[in-house]
Amino acid sequence: MNYNWNWAVLLEEEYLQWLISGLGWTVSVALCGWVIAMTVGCLVGVGRTVPNRWIRLVCTCYVELFRNIPLLVQMFIWYFAIPELVPDDIGRWMKRDMPNPEFVTAVVALGLYTASRVAEQVRAGIETVPVGLKSAATAHGLSTYQSYRYIQLPISFRLIVPPMTSEFLTVFKNSSLALTIGLLELTAQSQQIAEYTFQGFEAFTAATIIYVFIALIVTALMHLLERHTAIPGFVGKDS
Amino acid sequence: MGEFDFSVITNSLPFLGQGLMLSLWLTLLSIIGGIVLGTLLALARLSGFAPLSLTAAAYVNLIRSVPLILVIFWFYFLVPLALGRPIGSFYSALIAFVLFEAAYYSEIMRAGIQSVRKGQVHAGQSTGLNYWQIQRYVVLPQAFRNMIPILVTQGIILFQDTSLVFVVSLRDFMTASSIVARTEGRLVEMYLFAALVYFVICFSGSLYVRRLNKRMAT
Repeated sequence: MNYNWNWAVLLEEEYLQWLISGLGWTVSVALCGWVIAMTVGCLVGVGRTVPNRWIRLVCTCYVELFRNIPLLVQMFIWYFAIPELVPDDIGRWMKRDMPNPEFVTAVVALGLYTASRVAEQVRAGIETVPVGLKSAATAHGLSTYQSYRYIQLPISFRLIVPPMTSEFLTVFKNSSLALTIGLLELTAQSQQIAEYTFQGFEAFTAATIIYVFIALIVTALMHLLERHTAIPGFVGKDS
Repeated sequence: MGEFDFSVITNSLPFLGQGLMLSLWLTLLSIIGGIVLGTLLALARLSGFAPLSLTAAAYVNLIRSVPLILVIFWFYFLVPLALGRPIGSFYSALIAFVLFEAAYYSEIMRAGIQSVRKGQVHAGQSTGLNYWQIQRYVVLPQAFRNMIPILVTQGIILFQDTSLVFVVSLRDFMTASSIVARTEGRLVEMYLFAALVYFVICFSGSLYVRRLNKRMAT
């Protein structure tokens, strides 16, 4: 194996810039996508547990649809197909005037896809709330809304913090798919550095280390949150 | 846009079929390789021999914190360099998938192995079986059986993941659909069709998992 090592290439101003800008896009796509994922995911997850049959059906369809199609295909559909399928005026706007089309599309696709996974965690959390508590809420004359608002959601949201950690990490990793529609995030930038300089080893190592750091930081933050939100008396992490 | 043109799909069915076969083949080989390597990693992690278990843990945590696309890029770059000659994109992709999925399978197998009660291991020891015999005849068969639904679910995820070989233009189902979409200028039809095919396969898979779970619960 003959290979010319040149770690200094990473510190050349141009390539260092690329890495930093890539990191910026990765973090922005992941965080914006996460906001959508949490909002939609919580609504859909709660929707799967409510008494109303039709709401449950719609939410189940959402989860099955978004979960069983690869994110890459979803990314392409949002980017290439949706502008053709919506009314002409909107489609024209999406293709010509929408600012940062790759970024917006990546955020929407990643957010709605992750929402289906978040929804499953939320539903599992609500189903873990002991039946006795729900019955007690009803017996006290709380309405369905009040039972969710004061009993089921506060407990289940605290229970699902640990599994959410891994979903949150996944969002950062999945943001790399944005490169398929042309967004130069971290993975794309490292690939580009490899192509320009033939220093693939250095470029991919740099990206790998940055991803590991992201994972460490996210895990540390979520651990703090876990300690803060753990409910005394409910058993450990894997429930 | 104009009317939907379904003929573009029917005309390219043989080409798409070849792509789908490659996707399924890559999935199958990666599942087998991933489970074998993943089981070894899980055994290493639970071995109680610190250097071995720490190495396995470090590997699993490293792989689990990087995106699959980056791993695919890594092996496209590394494999030809290490072997001194190109071996074709399929094998580079296969190696990347096996090494990547092994980290996820090892977590599943670790949980599976831990679900086997300690008494069984002790019984094995007291009848004079050695470590490998206990794993082979007592622990692993039960660990596998307990974990089958999760292993299948991971297989479905792996099948979806194979679409990512698109980034290195290996002609799986996704890349084939994309090639047809671009050459025929029929992006909408082709990507919706690709979504439908993936959905039918993965949804059937998850219905099967649900049945397995029900059967195991009773």
